[in-house]
Amino acid sequence: MLGKLTLEAIPYHEPIIMIVLAAVILGGAAVFGFITLKKKWAYLWNEWFTSVDHKKIGMMYIIVALVMLIRGFSDAIMMRSQQMLASTGGLGYLPPEHYDQIFTAHGVIMIFFVAMPLVIGLINIAVPLQIGARDVAFPFLNSLSFWLFVAGALLVNISLGLGEFAKTGWLAYPPLSGANYSPGVGVDYWIWSLQISGVGTLLTGVNFVATILKMRAPGMSLMKMPVFTWTALCANVLIIAAFPILTATIAMLTLDRYLDFHFFTNDLGGNMMMYINLIWAWGHPEVYILVLPVFGIFSEVISTFSKKKLFGYTSLVWATVVITILSFIVWLHHFFTMGAGANVNAFFGIATMIISIPTGVKIFNWLFTMYRGRVEMTSPVLWTLGFMVTFTVGGMTGVLLAVPGANYVLHNSLFLIAHFHNVIIGGVVFGAMAGITYWFPKATGFMLDEKWGKRSFWFWITGFYLAFMPLYVLGFMGMTRRLQHVDNPLWVPYLVVAFVGAVLILIGITCTIIQIAVSIKNRKDLQDTTGDIWGGRTLEWSTTSPAPFYNFAHEPQISERDAFWEMKERGIEQEANQPYAPIHMPRNAAAGVIISAFSLVFGFGLIWHIWWLAVVGLVGMAASLIMRTFNYDIDYYVSVEEVERVEREGRERRARPSARTSNDTGFQGESWQVAQ
Amino acid sequence: MSHASNDHNDSHGSVKQYVTGLVLSIILTLIPFGMVMMMDDPGNGVIWAVYGFAIAQILVQLYFFLHLDGSKEQSWNVMAMLFTLVIVAIVVGGSMWIMIELNQNMMPI
Repeated sequence: MLGKLTLEAIPYHEPIIMIVLAAVILGGAAVFGFITLKKKWAYLWNEWFTSVDHKKIGMMYIIVALVMLIRGFSDAIMMRSQQMLASTGGLGYLPPEHYDQIFTAHGVIMIFFVAMPLVIGLINIAVPLQIGARDVAFPFLNSLSFWLFVAGALLVNISLGLGEFAKTGWLAYPPLSGANYSPGVGVDYWIWSLQISGVGTLLTGVNFVATILKMRAPGMSLMKMPVFTWTALCANVLIIAAFPILTATIAMLTLDRYLDFHFFTNDLGGNMMMYINLIWAWGHPEVYILVLPVFGIFSEVISTFSKKKLFGYTSLVWATVVITILSFIVWLHHFFTMGAGANVNAFFGIATMIISIPTGVKIFNWLFTMYRGRVEMTSPVLWTLGFMVTFTVGGMTGVLLAVPGANYVLHNSLFLIAHFHNVIIGGVVFGAMAGITYWFPKATGFMLDEKWGKRSFWFWITGFYLAFMPLYVLGFMGMTRRLQHVDNPLWVPYLVVAFVGAVLILIGITCTIIQIAVSIKNRKDLQDTTGDIWGGRTLEWSTTSPAPFYNFAHEPQISERDAFWEMKERGIEQEANQPYAPIHMPRNAAAGVIISAFSLVFGFGLIWHIWWLAVVGLVGMAASLIMRTFNYDIDYYVSVEEVERVEREGRERRARPSARTSNDTGFQGESWQVAQ
Repeated sequence: MSHASNDHNDSHGSVKQYVTGLVLSIILTLIPFGMVMMMDDPGNGVIWAVYGFAIAQILVQLYFFLHLDGSKEQSWNVMAMLFTLVIVAIVVGGSMWIMIELNQNMMPI
């Protein structure tokens, strides 16, 4: 009846998990009670959960990502403290089977449930506004993507209190992840959380490629698109090309585990090396899916706050396109040591080094954008500068790892761990923080508190260097990854410093949480009434903050790159007294939430071998999808009176004083004249 | 939204196009089928011919059924198709190269 699920599945004997569970249940009950008490359920359901508004979906992505960041970071600091405590022969406090789950969960959560939603959330908030569109091409699909992602995230979190998570490392290499060596439900949790959220990601890719190609405002040719839109386009093309590989690979592993197939087993013709080959054919494009949009964010931030147009727009766009293609011919560098011959290793090593060239081009784009600009030292700029230094270091250690000979020494060592944290924290995390700070006023109508933002930055960057530079050294000293305990007194000081770094990052994350709380509390003082609080260059700043649900009352007409800057220069008023026309908008949809809820049931049933429950989930998904296709009342027209009312309120808002104006270069921070 | 749901000007083709496509596809199926059936010992040449007819049929179907052609409306679809082919070639070709080398180097004799 309940398959493999028994009361034994709850880890009573693990005090750490039980305390965390108690905290989660109490916290969840408190939030639930608070919402019920304030009678906000209907509001949340109608205005947020069923919303197909790209801005709200983007904000929900980021909220979930920040919650998952706390979960993923807890895993990180537990690993750092365990390694510190257990480096002199002690046992530490995490038994091996728990430690193995923690490093697996850390990797899975940070990549799939923190970095991906941060990037996709920012794409959701900014891209339709940047291209002058009123929503994405398929608004309902967008809502479905988000809720499928939430279903995946929930499955990962359910594994904490019910059963176990995979103990295989974040990519679940067979044969370890096969049924023989991992008979428990951990790998199944991994499989179904990634499959469900992966479908959501793929749909997002389709959605945004269609949006960017088909829905740009009249006059916006490809080479007039804002850089962030360009990088988002390339990232979404990569999603469409790469995610099917992940889905197919995991599907084959699923067949191995559930139906006794032999794709990746030791015996009967299976070949586990094929799994590693395929998973990295997805895995390497994946890192560019994360980092390309972030390059776009830095480009927007640096040109806005330098008050200059981006240096070398064309070269940056072409560098992005080149990376998009090249990212598909480097995947073998993740397994140089698996035994391919010198020819293969040489080809992929050189390809990897070549990919650093377009990335290097971008660094110079940003440097020369700042050159002779008046750079305002706001927190988004700090994140950008921190990124440029940190990412360059990470890029260079990456080129070192691309040398097959060096790779034989450093493969799976802490040097590798330091390298990819160097580029993911220094790139994706810093970029997401810059992007959140930059677009926060556009999404909410008020700025984030600068003081706490800067504190967060300084703790993050010092914490990062303290936490990961020692790992480079430890890698050279021979320490490999994923060790639950070691006995080498020489490594102890480095592990202690790394732990201190992790604590500083913890303070940095805390600063961000305080920053958001303080900003919400002081939102009256931090208001952006102008809609253009930074003196922006692209279209999203031409509408009010927060943007009205239909984004633009009149469709913007584009003649130049940096369209809004050009309009301001020429004194072109967007809301010239043209008459308003009714606006065609999509209706909210509950189907996304319902289909995803059934997908959660489906995944849960399969994980625990509760077959009838899986059938319920599958039939539920199919039925609710079919019902959705028979719903013809999916759009409506916003009346002219409604548009007039919203626009009038927007004008009244603009008449009120703002926390800063776009010409106010000295606000909360000095502006530096770079290179006279 | 306002663009996507209103645009229906993509061509869906005429009956004549579909019939032509169908007839061509049938012919391109019958020829290789006949070649294999009529020969007692189909050699390498026949196998390559079958590949050739298969590819020809894919092109016929792309043109007549999916309406991929050189027109301006189809340029993005053609581009997407070419990009897909490039990626598939890289992933399949690369994987084969890698796996063949791995088998040579790593398989126990």
